Amino acid sequence: MTDTALHPSAFQAHDHGHEAHHHDADHKPGFFARWFMSTNHKDIGTLYLIFAIVAGIIGGSISGLMRAELAHPGIQYLGTWASMLHGGPQSLDQSLHLWNVLITAHGLIMVFFMVMPAMVGGFGNWFVPIMIGAPDMAFPRMNNVSFWLLIPAFTLLLASPFFGGAGNGWTLYAPLSTYGEPGPSTDMAILSLHLAGASSILGAINFITTIFNMRAPGMTLHKMPLFVWSMLVTAFLLLLALPVLAAAITMLLTDRNFGTTFFDPAGGGDPVLYQHLFWFFGHPEVYIMILPGFGIVSQIIATFSRKPVFGYLGMAYAMVAIGVVGFVVWAHHMFTTGLSVNTKMYFTAATMVIAVPTGIKIFSWIATMWGGSMRFPTPMVWAIGFIFMFTVGGVTGVVLANGGIDDYMQDTYYVVAHFHYVLSLGAVFSLFAGFYYWFPKMSGRMYNELLGQLHFWVFFIGVNVMFFPMHFLGLQGMPRRYPDYPDAYAHWNTVATVGYMIMAAGMAIFFVNLFWSLVAGKKAADNPWGEGATTLEWTISSPPPYHQFETLPRID
Amino acid sequence: MSIKGLKRIAIAAGLAMAGLGSIAGHAAAPVPQAASAPAGVSNVAPTTAAATPPAAPASPLLARDGAPGGEIKAGIGQPVNGVYGLQPQVTRNGEFAHWMHNIVLFPVITAISLFVLALLGWVVFRYRAAANPVPSKTSHNTTIEVLWTLLPVLALVLIAVPSIGLLQAQFKPAPAGAVTLKAIGNQWYWTYQYPDHGGFEITANLLKEKGEAAAGERTRTDADGPRLLATDNRIVLPVGVPIRLITTSNDVIHSWAVPAFWIKLDAIPGRLNETSFTIEKPGVYFGQCSELCGARHAYMPIAVEAVTPAQFAAWIAAKGGTMPARGQASNKVIPQPGADGSAAEATTANATDAVTGPTENVTTAAPTAPQGATNNPATGNAGQ
Repeated sequence: MTDTALHPSAFQAHDHGHEAHHHDADHKPGFFARWFMSTNHKDIGTLYLIFAIVAGIIGGSISGLMRAELAHPGIQYLGTWASMLHGGPQSLDQSLHLWNVLITAHGLIMVFFMVMPAMVGGFGNWFVPIMIGAPDMAFPRMNNVSFWLLIPAFTLLLASPFFGGAGNGWTLYAPLSTYGEPGPSTDMAILSLHLAGASSILGAINFITTIFNMRAPGMTLHKMPLFVWSMLVTAFLLLLALPVLAAAITMLLTDRNFGTTFFDPAGGGDPVLYQHLFWFFGHPEVYIMILPGFGIVSQIIATFSRKPVFGYLGMAYAMVAIGVVGFVVWAHHMFTTGLSVNTKMYFTAATMVIAVPTGIKIFSWIATMWGGSMRFPTPMVWAIGFIFMFTVGGVTGVVLANGGIDDYMQDTYYVVAHFHYVLSLGAVFSLFAGFYYWFPKMSGRMYNELLGQLHFWVFFIGVNVMFFPMHFLGLQGMPRRYPDYPDAYAHWNTVATVGYMIMAAGMAIFFVNLFWSLVAGKKAADNPWGEGATTLEWTISSPPPYHQFETLPRID
Repeated sequence: MSIKGLKRIAIAAGLAMAGLGSIAGHAAAPVPQAASAPAGVSNVAPTTAAATPPAAPASPLLARDGAPGGEIKAGIGQPVNGVYGLQPQVTRNGEFAHWMHNIVLFPVITAISLFVLALLGWVVFRYRAAANPVPSKTSHNTTIEVLWTLLPVLALVLIAVPSIGLLQAQFKPAPAGAVTLKAIGNQWYWTYQYPDHGGFEITANLLKEKGEAAAGERTRTDADGPRLLATDNRIVLPVGVPIRLITTSNDVIHSWAVPAFWIKLDAIPGRLNETSFTIEKPGVYFGQCSELCGARHAYMPIAVEAVTPAQFAAWIAAKGGTMPARGQASNKVIPQPGADGSAAEATTANATDAVTGPTENVTTAAPTAPQGATNNPATGNAGQ
């Protein structure tokens, strides 16, 4: 495919010589202009990553509160926390409501303010332009708007607990989220999602335009690195799914505030309609969170096996297939809402179909390693951990795909275990893999290998001790979103809380490593990973020049 | 499914629910006839029980609070601490699903996980740089790519066969003579109605612990059941008789779930959901609300006591209800198109109109019985 990338001269507004790459400091804008009015994809990517880390700390701390409360049967801390939050003693109901606020905040923060900004905003912004040989994103100012929309969005969400708190769960099911919960908090949470959604839509438009129009000469679609493919599919999912969420939550807002009855049966509305709309967004959303991870893992496995990715086209189109099929399986989140038998059969079958392209990816990663010459630095260890943990999370997904099985499993801890295996152990492992993989490129410094390996093993043990017993709780029928449970669920809950503590120790190692490496890490070479690293980011300096590819690279 | 279609379902369900309400009220009236009706259909008490005069609450069958005071068996109908498996099942579909999980799904997913783990272990060991310094350049192998596409497809088809069978079994309509139980979710307790048995209502609240309850309030004892599972009033259902469960809600969405029955059905305002099951063993079975419904979501348990039909009849009588006579409402089979894979038979739509008024163009087979209530997506093909 002949490329339609913009002519290089378009990007030579700053008229400087080739040595500019190495004297870039003088045309970096001042601090405020650089970080608050940025049009540079790498700076915006860095902002996104910092934002995601901050959000991750908050969301992860909330899960710590949850695991503390769940460590033993009975309500231990919620009353204290509620009185700390609102000042003065609180009723039991207000304490229990705080629980719902915590689970809601944990879900929304981790999905919208941690995984998505890190994957798409962070790594996507940093490396999509570089990997396709482009100087920047197609719409640099819109890129900045995308990021800064997240700040008020996150602020609204974080402020909402002080106005009573939104306790609807991250799914915001009507009518609990409409007439079930008065007060401004839920409106704030909804508005927060509107802003975060708008941010993501703008980002998606930017990625699609960039990838279609700004590839360097010779960088055909079928030569693009798989990470770029994953971002392209993700961007389409965002573009098609988020407007549906926006519509659904706008109807929530008008139901709440302006007397409409979209989801109120008393006015001819239907609560289940909300669930259809939400999950039409919500299911693609889970692929939005994992597809970039697929891309990251593909790059890393190939790099450290010193082999090209096995079955490149199959890998790329498996992601496309996952994206497409991901749009027609939403009602498997609603198997107990009273769907008809035919609907349940269809959604059972369609959901199972997704296992096929996912299987192709798992086997192709293994085949990439097969015959390779593998090394196991930190990013590779995370990537291999990802493959296995994602497999475990994936196969429980096959169990849950069966509509008849869900009459038992729906809304139990089995589901919680399933989606934490694909997200906390899948998406998050790929995030760490990507972070360690690209940290030398982004910062110009090497991370500490020993601390990185230690981080992996402690975290790996911690999350497995935390989430694996949740399968057992689910099999015994423990419902999710419970602050207190019958004593028969005590054993595995205590184990899970111990797992959280191990995991938290792993995170402490990560932060030590992060700060140590930023301050005292060894200088990173342009390509610290050797001959297996074949994508364009390893051809430029570490860290990259402020503007890369002022002369476009040619891809053979 | 179009939005319009969904709205229609909701409207239809709303209308139908109104219809059910009036029928329940109506059924409550003719108490004397029902009491003297002969036994014959399965949910009607056996003659021995029917012959006895309506039992006073003092009857030995009704040990406590009018409920028969069934004995709680350890490990059945409630969770067990620190174990690995599913709860034991006491319904046929539950046993089917239990089999499917333990014999089909669990071995398959374990095998796949171990297979992937073994492959990873092998490549990490065999193809480490020290053992294999020169990487191969292979990046395609059509045969193996086709193979690892088709083999998973085959495995999924093998899973899908019992899965579809399970769905069909779960959607099998409640036959003639089923006992109808209507569970209504409230923040945060369940109310229950027996529309075919005089329409009396039972409210089931969580039993509080000693020290938590207000003075004079009844507190939980071990005979009531475990903490957070015991309710002040258990619902009583007969064993061996098909139960038609109908759920709805007075406020937000709840979900009526009893793991031992393999039943979980959302209780949604403005809508009637229906399913059916048959309890095979007497006992006490506990469940919990399974859809986030606000602050006390964890505090609205479900306690079902399954007793013999005779005890059930006595309990109904003690509650002031009546056993339905032959030919009365619950004897009618409600067609559930699609349960057998067949298309909906829209032959009786007029019957619905007669009962509930026009329901726009709902294309489902309408119920032939006055429980037009079941004109809902759980059982019909409405909106498809």
